Amino acid sequence: MKEKIILRVISKFLIPYILLFGLYVQWHGDFGPGGGFQAGVIFASGFILYGLIFGVSNVRTAVPSAATRILLPLGVLGYGLVGVMGIFKGGNFLDYNVLAAAPTGGQHLGIILIELGVGVTVATAMITIFSTFASRAELQKPRDEER
Amino acid sequence: MTFTGLAIALLHNLFAVVMLSSIFSLLGAAVYVALDAVDVAFTEAAVGAGIATVLMLGTLALTTSDEKPARPLQVLSALIVVTGTGMVLIYGTLDMPDFGDPAAPIHNHVAPRYLGASGEEIGIPNVVTSVLASYRGYDTLGEVFVVFTAAAGVLAILGRGRRPKRRPKRKQNMKEISS
Amino acid sequence: MSLETEFYFPSLGLYWIIIVLMMIGFYIVIAHGNLVKKIVGLNVFQVSVFLLFITMGKVLGGTAPILKEGVSTYSNPLPHVLILTAIVVGVATTALGLALVVRVREAFGTVEEDDICALENDA
Repeated sequence: MKEKIILRVISKFLIPYILLFGLYVQWHGDFGPGGGFQAGVIFASGFILYGLIFGVSNVRTAVPSAATRILLPLGVLGYGLVGVMGIFKGGNFLDYNVLAAAPTGGQHLGIILIELGVGVTVATAMITIFSTFASRAELQKPRDEER
Repeated sequence: MTFTGLAIALLHNLFAVVMLSSIFSLLGAAVYVALDAVDVAFTEAAVGAGIATVLMLGTLALTTSDEKPARPLQVLSALIVVTGTGMVLIYGTLDMPDFGDPAAPIHNHVAPRYLGASGEEIGIPNVVTSVLASYRGYDTLGEVFVVFTAAAGVLAILGRGRRPKRRPKRKQNMKEISS
Repeated sequence: MSLETEFYFPSLGLYWIIIVLMMIGFYIVIAHGNLVKKIVGLNVFQVSVFLLFITMGKVLGGTAPILKEGVSTYSNPLPHVLILTAIVVGVATTALGLALVVRVREAFGTVEEDDICALENDA
């Protein structure tokens, strides 16, 4: 789809706003609809649009597979770590009340960190799944031509 | 929405089926908004209408885009099973509370506590977020692990594409053995 | 708010619509041999289950569960949480299923169940 000029221009125009909107949904999830799951998906869909229009190899330059491979478990580990932090601070697993001086402050901090973990994992998982499928398609093309 | 579902069942061109399933998800998102589930609608619109469609199109690119029509015997037996199950389920709904009834059991267990106390305990206006991340933190941790595992599974199944290199080699070996 | 009161379903009719949807999904899964179509059918089934949960969470006259001064009736947030995570998990597992379909196609050269069975019996 690289040669379609309308798609190229419009998607170049849209992608930054999609990513920005993803970040907004991530950090504004406490007050309006939103949160880590939605933000991760929206953020990933920006990259997926980029991959659809400009080819998956360009996505791989923007987000190298090493980066997704590190970030994917890092989100889950970050989530778990926040839970363990609660134990170290003298509470239960995933008890955010003890994370800061005031219970609600602790809850705010805990929820923001956890949503971040969720968002990172979901976004990298979606990008990983998409680029795996897409690079498989690119691998298969020459093989089909051989047949 | 039901009509879209029927069309999905009847069409044989998989490309049309995938597009219809995208529309189906979008309609579902609209219904969620009507039923006050804005967070869910948000997710469904981004996931169902966006990413799932892209993934299915990717699969179609890797496989075929037409399906063989089902055998009549299969269709008949499936229809019988489906009608039977549907009848049982409709019989089950007769005991369900009325739609939107505030006295239904689901609204009288933990939900009032979440709605009443989360404002002071968590200090966040969006109750869905506070239930998701705080009251049901374990639950969400599990879900995140499932997403992680699924991505790892896709990587394990399709990743790295080492097979194409190996395949011709194996054929060569076979030729050598057979000759 | 006026929309809420006009927007009235016959009490159990909505559940029946959901059951019809669910049965369509179930039918697609069992009657069709094509693996991609089976996964689409599973998705239809899945969405119908989500709808069932959200429908049960609705309170007539309530609003979305985002706390605000002067609003006292909210819909139940618990089903929303469960379904929100279930959707994302659903797409991840769908991707896993599609990946398996791609591998099946590479191994057998087809995604039709009957053809795969025939190939298995030949071998």
